[in-house]
Amino acid sequence: MIAGKYFSIGKNIPSGGFSLDSIVTGARLRKKSNGANMCGIVGLFLKDKQMQPELGALLTDMLVTMSDRGPDSAGIAVYREAAKRCSKITVQSANPTADFADLQRDFDVDVDVEVIDTHAILTVPSDAVTEVLTQVEHKHPGLRLMSRGGAIEIYKEVGLPQSVADRFNIPELSGSHGIGHTRMATESAVTTLGAHPFSTGADQCLVHNGSLSNHNRLRRQLARQGTQVQTENDTEVAAAYLTHRMEKGDNLGEALEAGLNDLDGFYTFVVGTKNGFGVLRDPIACKPAVLAETDQYVAFGSEYRALVNLPGIAHANVWEPEPATVYFWSH
Amino acid sequence: MDQTPKTHPVKPWTFDDYTTSYIRRAAATGIYDIRGGGSKRRVPHFDDLLFLGASMSRYPLEGYREACGTQVTLGTRFAEKPLELDIPITIAGMSFGALSGQAKEALGRGASAAGTSTTTGDGGMTPEERGHSNKLVYQYLPSRYGMNPDDLRKADAIEIVVGQGAKPGGGGMLLGQKINDRVAEMRNLPQGIDQRSACRHPDWTGPDDLEIKILELREITGWKVPIFIKVGGARPYFDTTLAVKAGADVVVLDGMQGGTAATQDVFIEHVGQPTLACIRPAVQALQDLDMHRKVQLVISGGVRTGADVAKALALGADAVSIGSAALIAMGDNDPALEDEYRKLGTTAGAFDDWHEGNDPAGITTQDPILAARLDPIAAGRRLSNYLKVMTLEAQTIARANGKSHVLNLEPEDLCALTIEAAAMAGVPLAGTEWIPGKKGDL
Amino acid sequence: MQQLDLETQSLRDVNATLQAQEAQTNQTKWEILNPKGAHAIACGLDSEIDVTVQGATGYYCGGMNKHATIRVAGSVGPGVCENMMSGKVVVEGDASQYAGATGHGGLLVIKGNASSRCGISMKGIDIVVHGNIGHMSAFMAQSGSLVVCGDAGDALGDSIYEAQLFVRGSVASLGADCIEKEMRPEHMAKLAELLSAAECDADPSEFRRYGSARQLYNFDIDNAGAY
Repeated sequence: MIAGKYFSIGKNIPSGGFSLDSIVTGARLRKKSNGANMCGIVGLFLKDKQMQPELGALLTDMLVTMSDRGPDSAGIAVYREAAKRCSKITVQSANPTADFADLQRDFDVDVDVEVIDTHAILTVPSDAVTEVLTQVEHKHPGLRLMSRGGAIEIYKEVGLPQSVADRFNIPELSGSHGIGHTRMATESAVTTLGAHPFSTGADQCLVHNGSLSNHNRLRRQLARQGTQVQTENDTEVAAAYLTHRMEKGDNLGEALEAGLNDLDGFYTFVVGTKNGFGVLRDPIACKPAVLAETDQYVAFGSEYRALVNLPGIAHANVWEPEPATVYFWSH
Repeated sequence: MDQTPKTHPVKPWTFDDYTTSYIRRAAATGIYDIRGGGSKRRVPHFDDLLFLGASMSRYPLEGYREACGTQVTLGTRFAEKPLELDIPITIAGMSFGALSGQAKEALGRGASAAGTSTTTGDGGMTPEERGHSNKLVYQYLPSRYGMNPDDLRKADAIEIVVGQGAKPGGGGMLLGQKINDRVAEMRNLPQGIDQRSACRHPDWTGPDDLEIKILELREITGWKVPIFIKVGGARPYFDTTLAVKAGADVVVLDGMQGGTAATQDVFIEHVGQPTLACIRPAVQALQDLDMHRKVQLVISGGVRTGADVAKALALGADAVSIGSAALIAMGDNDPALEDEYRKLGTTAGAFDDWHEGNDPAGITTQDPILAARLDPIAAGRRLSNYLKVMTLEAQTIARANGKSHVLNLEPEDLCALTIEAAAMAGVPLAGTEWIPGKKGDL
Repeated sequence: MQQLDLETQSLRDVNATLQAQEAQTNQTKWEILNPKGAHAIACGLDSEIDVTVQGATGYYCGGMNKHATIRVAGSVGPGVCENMMSGKVVVEGDASQYAGATGHGGLLVIKGNASSRCGISMKGIDIVVHGNIGHMSAFMAQSGSLVVCGDAGDALGDSIYEAQLFVRGSVASLGADCIEKEMRPEHMAKLAELLSAAECDADPSEFRRYGSARQLYNFDIDNAGAY
């Protein structure tokens, strides 16, 4: 288990090699967003494997505490290992009954489909991921791709955080780490579009509290370099930026460090990778952020009260992350 | 002597007289130019819109007997005691410090006589203003000068200032010349130094935190009074949306023509949108949230006449606020003082070095001799006269368009004289059905 | 001892009850149970009552406090006793950002660590932190005293006016116009008083004093780099 202020593993995080957005659907519109993110963020990274069965329950409790900051929609990323040599693709549908009915049969490879409310988890052999994603795009353009990877599952829906968590049985889930986000929508229509966590690479996700100020130029630059972003949401740009850097060879810590120079504005980022969990605040560091660490876990919350019910919190090391400093833990 | 004809001398448009004087001034002093007031540039404004009036299909109301109501209530969303106003025109926030005590008293007297409210500014609430204003809105600014719970509880409404039209993103500024004893004490600053105001609030950043701050202010005031949020003309659609989401009762939107006591000229002229461009997006945001007329919208920045009032309401505002116009009504920049303006190197109508504290009209000064020139009772009377004229004008226009209440004016009562105004206001170019930039329904 | 319970009562009820206590109230001792990180607890108080909050709070605990003594048996969120006018607030745990922001008077004691922007824009409040403080503390601090027994983060006292800062540990960096100043007997005496009132037994002679260089009080082009 490696932990520390700076990312110290020097390995590359595999990215899957292509952009998420070439896959996604005609149903998606370029939705105008002002880029401010009113929200609450929570994150939990378990050092102690014995706590894994409790991940979902603990994360849900933390998430629900942040409902005031974001009552309109919620998103949760959970990392739990798929079967050997398999990858998971999480998709969302506005018409789940119709779309998920015979989904299994539409693929040339062996795909296991698990339907949960408006989402479905497709478990596929890892070497068939690209193929399956292409087939999804062609045969089911109405589906939205939430995530893909060896461990990650992302669930996002409108509604109060408690109800979103219940719909996807989050409290029952077991896993090694997870990130949650509650959002207060600024667009008129409250939709899952623009909700966090954003995933722009295999097993990667990003949540953000704050407001970037140069994301428009960055979005165009990334597009010129081949990375498309679907919305005008600043968080999606930040996620794409990090993925892009990692595709080019940075590890997560290096990508976040580069972000300090390239991203402008106010931000608290919490990032998940297959085995890791990172936190970064901008140099001015006005948006709230609290970390708590024990021998068993590292926890993050936008407010201390998100952490108040965690086991052993009374004796945890609790601190607010320093500005412009990358914090990262991994298994 | 050379008799060859020469072409007429031409000064470059790009380097006109003003610009070259600006460059010379910068070169001589090494500091940016600071002044008061709002944008002086010609930008699309209410004058570019016209009302259609009565015709075969729209019948006017008679004056006097056929009433045209002007009352408006601000703060119906959450407050136990919303602000009830007789007219849809309020007096905008202007600080004691920027203005003399006499000027603040005059504003209070005039507004109260007209049945409307005044607003404190960056510096806190004075007993005179609270005493003379029947309805007083208390500003809650980044600087928090003079902020205290007792005054908060004496206010009829609280206005959280996120920004203002003259300088969206700038803090207050009061130069040493105006920090006299009383101002220094109220602001907790040493006398005679330049006041550097913060541009962000000290204890919250962002609408998610603002929601919590509003909760605190409501808890301190027992949920009795409305909470306004004031923003400059930056991103009116999103700013309005976020203000509503953060829990505001009222949104106050101030365009670039809105004045300030003092800030960098470059800020006033180059940051912030014209008032006309802000109104429809803000109204659209309220409509999209189903909050139009439930969260009230107050528009300010260059409101001058009853026609401006009527047009702002027609575009969807619930009320307007005046600042510069109120000062002019009380005597600011009066041509009768032309000799004195000349001595200051300026002329009546152009005087804007309010930060120097030399105002011959005694309004934007702390100098006791100059300030004594303003008779608060007479000036208050002038203000209430002016407010009444604007109200009567707005009523005249409303009646001509068949309305029994000024709030029933709507965008369809308007047309535009220019393409820019049509696009900004979302009303058709006169003589056409064309609204540039709009697809489908209005 | 009067008990209030946020598990069974609304925040409005709890605050209204405390705010209604008048200067000569008989009910001087109060306890608030189950705060569970709620915001705006015990804000706007205006009498000499004693309130103990049994647990951690959210934002703005004790905001705009007048006369009351508030003790928090836990940590507090951002903005504890912001704009306090008078009275005393003691936080047994840590404080998040903006502790004591724009405070006009009274004493704020933090027994754990305070976070960034501690004492921002302070206008007369006295703040004593037994532990460390974060970056941008005492930003634009106008008057009052900030005492830190531990270390201070970056940009201490940026754009400071006349507030006095005393730090025992290290200062990561000083902000614009903030310099170290001489500790004279009157400062030592004041510091001793503050430490004692803050239930702290640190030795005043171990502290250093910081304050305004007063170079930015009136604009001078040669200082433009500091802006």
